[in-house]
Amino acid sequence: MSTGPGGPPATAQSEGEVATLVTGHSRQPSLLSLLRSSPIGLIGTGIISLVIVLALISPYIVPHDPIRGNLRTRYKPPGFTGDDGTHLLGTDQLGRDIFSRILVGSRVSVLVGVVAVMIAGTIGVLYGLTSGFLGGRVDGFMMRICDAMLSIPFVIRVVAISGIVGPGLVTLILILGLSGWVTYARVIRGEVLKARENDYVLAAWSIGQRPLWVVLHHILPNVIASAIVLAALQVGITMLAESSLSFLGLGVKPPTVTWGIQLADGKSVINSAWWMTAYPGIAITITVLGVVFLGDWLRDSLDPNVRGRD
Amino acid sequence: MQQFIATRIVQGIITLIIVSFLAFFLVRLKGDPVDITAPPTFNEDQKQRLRELWGFDKPLAEQYVIFITRAVTGDFGIAYLSKRPAMELVIERLGATWLLAGVASLIGLSVALPLGIISSLKRNSLFDLGSTMLASIGTAMPSFWLGLMMIIFFSVRLRLLPAFGALDPSAIIMPSLTMGVGMAAYLSRLTRSAMLEVLNEDYVRTAYSKGLITRTVVFRHAMKNALIPIMTVFGLQLGWLLGGSVVVESVFSWPGLGRLMIDSIGVRDNTVVQAALLFFSLSFITINIIIDILYAVIDPRIRFD
Repeated sequence: MSTGPGGPPATAQSEGEVATLVTGHSRQPSLLSLLRSSPIGLIGTGIISLVIVLALISPYIVPHDPIRGNLRTRYKPPGFTGDDGTHLLGTDQLGRDIFSRILVGSRVSVLVGVVAVMIAGTIGVLYGLTSGFLGGRVDGFMMRICDAMLSIPFVIRVVAISGIVGPGLVTLILILGLSGWVTYARVIRGEVLKARENDYVLAAWSIGQRPLWVVLHHILPNVIASAIVLAALQVGITMLAESSLSFLGLGVKPPTVTWGIQLADGKSVINSAWWMTAYPGIAITITVLGVVFLGDWLRDSLDPNVRGRD
Repeated sequence: MQQFIATRIVQGIITLIIVSFLAFFLVRLKGDPVDITAPPTFNEDQKQRLRELWGFDKPLAEQYVIFITRAVTGDFGIAYLSKRPAMELVIERLGATWLLAGVASLIGLSVALPLGIISSLKRNSLFDLGSTMLASIGTAMPSFWLGLMMIIFFSVRLRLLPAFGALDPSAIIMPSLTMGVGMAAYLSRLTRSAMLEVLNEDYVRTAYSKGLITRTVVFRHAMKNALIPIMTVFGLQLGWLLGGSVVVESVFSWPGLGRLMIDSIGVRDNTVVQAALLFFSLSFITINIIIDILYAVIDPRIRFD
């Protein structure tokens, strides 16, 4: 995705505030005080905090065993009460409690979302820095590779790779990380091209600072805000891709619990047990919505020019 | 202009060559397909003969050259399972995917443009807030899940629409809606912000001040300039749409390219997977070249020299 013309306008932030945030000098409003003034930011942060806390503590608080079921209570509708207590959101084909499985399923979503985005972000930022900084033919060639990667849509890229390499949590994270870097590379390269022309960068050159120093100390701080905004947007896309892959049976394999696997289980009995399909999808939607809100708020606060979804 | 088109086509071809390279090595990531595709009763000698038959005994570089020289002529090899040319299989399915993506784009655009324009004209109104909320939810929702929910509602409960296949003309309604909603959500937000930016321009104020009505200002003046970023993102979104088609086609058993690719990956049919990847990429590149050319048609200020 490129930074194109006509980006969303920065709402309610003055130039000064943006500059403050980008450089990290807390001259005045900190990120925290900005958060207080934005309902979107607050809701997003609230949802994400809740999901992260659930991911950490869910195994200790689930009302039922999320992996071992009770075959006598299969396909029970929401609110069913059996010998072992109430199943708030019903049970699945093995009599497992849907609510407990949704709680535990947050672990994979968070883990995959965060780690894969970190991998993709690191590779993409380094690639973009290199390409933008070297310029010329190298830059042209490196960007053609990005074009080629982008011309195979993200989901198709990851479906093809994971279909061929095989399922598994670690492979899945690696695949999403190694396919997702292109977006960052493009955006960061564009930012580097702009930052290179700044007077203080030219000044740094003219007093004889070495290239690596110039890149790390003068250019990188300028482009990192875009990378952070993009990362927030990409977490949602990565989580959706994870659920798609697990749904297709190409992601994580049972007995690991993920929302995508729950949806796949539900699909075969969609005629009768709608609750198996409805609730895990709501969990995904709310989580990604939190990420989207957080990303929107970060973009409005930090960098109005980034759009992210390829 | 002609030179610009030529340059873009050359660039597109270079991109395709890199994609062919990626696709070729991707399907060979896990080594020799013969070990997986050959019947378990085959002994080592028979497997070796199979390798020679399919050309897997040659060095990779040589295999790639053979693959690419044949691919240029439209020969992607014979599919292992169906014993039919891979190209034929892909072309058969390509139309179904294009049809789905086309209808979904139409739905996406016809929802997104009005929503985005009205939102930008009534900024911060209840309508704006509502459509922004809807758009956020539409972006956050997994599209295939929306499809599943539609099946529950329209097929299981109301028994109105077929849940799968492509036999009945009404079968396209649910898969295309499923894919269109995500696009509408994303594009409506973009339309809104692109319009907001343009509406602040001096020439829009001038147009208003000389007494033109809102409709004329919006469609004659503002919309034309806002269309450029919308088209750019629309082109990129089409890639996202094609990607989503892989999952949505599986949900609705739609006989498209995405499902062909998944099925072929399942049986390790390299010939079909390679061809499918290349045709996904070709579709995406072609659309984006067309959009680049359309820029010049919409905005005569754009010159490509």
